[in-house]
Order: sequence, then structure tokens, then C-alpha cells
Amino acid sequence: MPIPTGSQTIGPFFRVELDRPAWSDLTREGASGTAIVIEGTVFDGDGTPVPDAMLELWQADANGHYAHPDDDRPLPADLHFRGFGRVCTDDAGHYAFRTVLPGAAPEADGTTQAPHANLTIFARGLLKRVVTRIYFADQAAANAHDPLLRSVSDERVRRTLIAQPVASADGLIVYRFDVVLQGEGETAFLAV
Amino acid sequence: MIARSRRRFGPEIPGTQPPYDWPDYTSTIKRHPTREPLAIAHTLSEVTGPTFEDGWAGADLVDLTRARPGGPEAVGQRIIVTGRVIDEDGRPLRNTLVEIWQANPAGRYHHRDDQHDAPLDPNFTGGGHFLTDDEGRWRFLTVRPGAYPWRNTYNAWRAAHIHFSIFGPGFASRLITQMYFPGDPLLETDPVYHAIPERTARERLISTYEADLSEAEYALGYRWDIVMRGRFETPMEGR
Repeated sequence: MPIPTGSQTIGPFFRVELDRPAWSDLTREGASGTAIVIEGTVFDGDGTPVPDAMLELWQADANGHYAHPDDDRPLPADLHFRGFGRVCTDDAGHYAFRTVLPGAAPEADGTTQAPHANLTIFARGLLKRVVTRIYFADQAAANAHDPLLRSVSDERVRRTLIAQPVASADGLIVYRFDVVLQGEGETAFLAV
Repeated sequence: MIARSRRRFGPEIPGTQPPYDWPDYTSTIKRHPTREPLAIAHTLSEVTGPTFEDGWAGADLVDLTRARPGGPEAVGQRIIVTGRVIDEDGRPLRNTLVEIWQANPAGRYHHRDDQHDAPLDPNFTGGGHFLTDDEGRWRFLTVRPGAYPWRNTYNAWRAAHIHFSIFGPGFASRLITQMYFPGDPLLETDPVYHAIPERTARERLISTYEADLSEAEYALGYRWDIVMRGRFETPMEGR
């Protein structure tokens, strides 16, 4: 059986091909739902912003449906929402996605996860990507029943998975979600 | 009856993936996570992922030897690079997006932050992308990238490489890696390459020269296959 290809760092020069500014806006094809902004800064272990990181978002639409053939649950699908976004950090290590608040729907086994977006980060200095999830602080009732959040007993760790609403601009709720690669406040990463 | 949504990706095979903490590559020192990642059973969030088959990532760009179609040709040794994207069971992955980028033959990237004092070629930007075909195959034409110095340690040089970004069938299969060239003496010391623990897994990152892939009086041919994590079916528990 062939073994999976090993990961190597994205390096510092990925913008040559991977910079796709339009992909930071997941709503650009006319998605339905509550439009939001998720923004933040990526920090290293010294608290220094990381200007050469690439972040990718993968999430369900406002109905909780993933734009993928394996999501065969009987849910209405938003055909104007692909659920995928990409953004490169700027010189200040900052990033921002425009998207919609993901919905929640039961999985095949009957469990329901709280609304969340899946986030992966590549950067110079990361030999393989890191993966985390973005939950939303104002979804407290759903978060309280989320299997992943419930499995994290350390409140300081759990807090790193939750985006905080920080502002409202042009009718959009702006959530802040910083990524700390190392040290104090280190983001909870997932072994996927 | 097994619901499609019960497909799961297999676990990581020990020795095949690099660690986060790898001080030989000094950029990892302040950027590697220190806590063990949280274990998570795969849900739809991990087994699904973006699809590109309707072409929304743009038309294929497979000729890197010209900065624009019909424009002047870049300087360098022309090479054809081809291979397949398959999964651990050998099944071809069709319509998956592959993105590539590389330095020019002088060892310099068309990038603001690359300060290496080597010439840029206005006819070479060094990026491409394409979808795999029904057999998982892909192919592009480029000029061979040069090695380049980096400040990891004194007088350090990266082995010549082409960067690859591949999606595969789900969020859990997302992969970014690098392809190397056979016989490159810099591979003996390159700390990024050596971060893959097992020698056999490491050597899978090296392409092979194949005379049959070369085009007479035009370009040399290299083959490199990419293997993505496979998925297996899990029965519905307790039903």
C-alpha cells in the first residue's frame, strides 16, 4: 500500500501562486445567512505577528450543510456558498475572512456540533499545517453541548477555540479570532 | 448500508510526517506548538472539503515557461513534470486542485521578500495550477528551479525543489509539500527534507528522471506521484 506523501513547509514565498485575494470573501457568490467577518492576528512564541502565514477556512453554510457530495443529509443546500476561503496574513500578521455564520445540523450518529468553522494554518516554520476550529461566543447554548468543546476540560485552552464578537460594521458582526502558534495563550490545535 | 458520511480518513502512519519541533530548521523554534494536539473523532467537518471540479479555481495553468501565453520564453533547462494523485489504496483522485510554485533557474522567487542577489527573469513568474484528470494524472512544463541560499545556518542552501499544494477528498487530507530532484547533493544536508523521519518516506519526495517522459530536442521528463490519506468505511455503531 502506498504511504501518504510527507508534508513540507509552505515556506515564505507561497504568494507566487497561492495568494487569491478574492477567496477571503466566502459570500462573494451571494450566500444566504448572517454575514460576518472573522479576523485576527497570527502570533509566534514571542508574541511577534507572523506575516508569512496562509489560513484556509472550511465551513458549513447557514443551514449547516457542507458543499460536498458526502454531506448527504436531508438539508437545504445554499448553492451560492462553497464554504471554502483562503487568506494570507499581511505585514502585521493580520487576516480577515468575510463569510456567513455557519448553521448546525445533526450528524448521521445523531450528535449535533455547535456552529463552527474549520481553520487550517500554514506558515514558514511550520513543517506541517496546524488545524483548529472557530466557535462563536454568542452561541453559548450550542457551545455548551458541543462534543469537542465539552472534551476540553481546561477553560484557558477551551477559550482559544472561541471567537469573540468585537464590533459591528456595515451591519456585519465582526468576530476576533487570534491564532497563537506557541506559548502563553497557545491555540488549541486538533489532531485531524 | 453504510452512510457515505461515515467514511473516515485513516490515521497518520508513524515516521511519514515531520514533527512540528525541528530545531535544525530554525524557523520552527518560535513557531512550533508545544501542547499535544487535541484528539478528535472525524465528523463531517473533517471528511468533507472544498471541491473544484466545476473549474472555479480558474483555467489550468500548466506552462510556466512563459509569463504570458505567446510571450517570450523564460531562460532555463526545460523540464516536464508529471505524475498522479492517488490515495493510500492506490485509487486515483480526480478533479483535485494542485497548485505549484518555484524559484527560477537562478534560485530566485518572483516575490517581494526574496532578497537573494540572483537575477529575476521577466518571463518567469513560477506559479501554476491544474485539476487532475480521471486517472488522477497531472502534467506541467517549466524550467528547472535552482538551489538558493537561506539564512538557516551559515552558508546553507536549499535543495532545488518545486512546492506543491494539494487538496484531496477532504479537509483532513489537505497537504502542502515539496518535490525534489534525483541526485541533488544538497539533499544530504537539507533540514526541511530531513524532517521526514523515515528514509523511505523521505525519499518519496524525490522525483525520478524518466527518459520516456522526455521530449526529443525539447525537454527532460520527471515523474512524481503524490499519495493522499485514504478513507475507509466504518459501520454504523450500535445499529
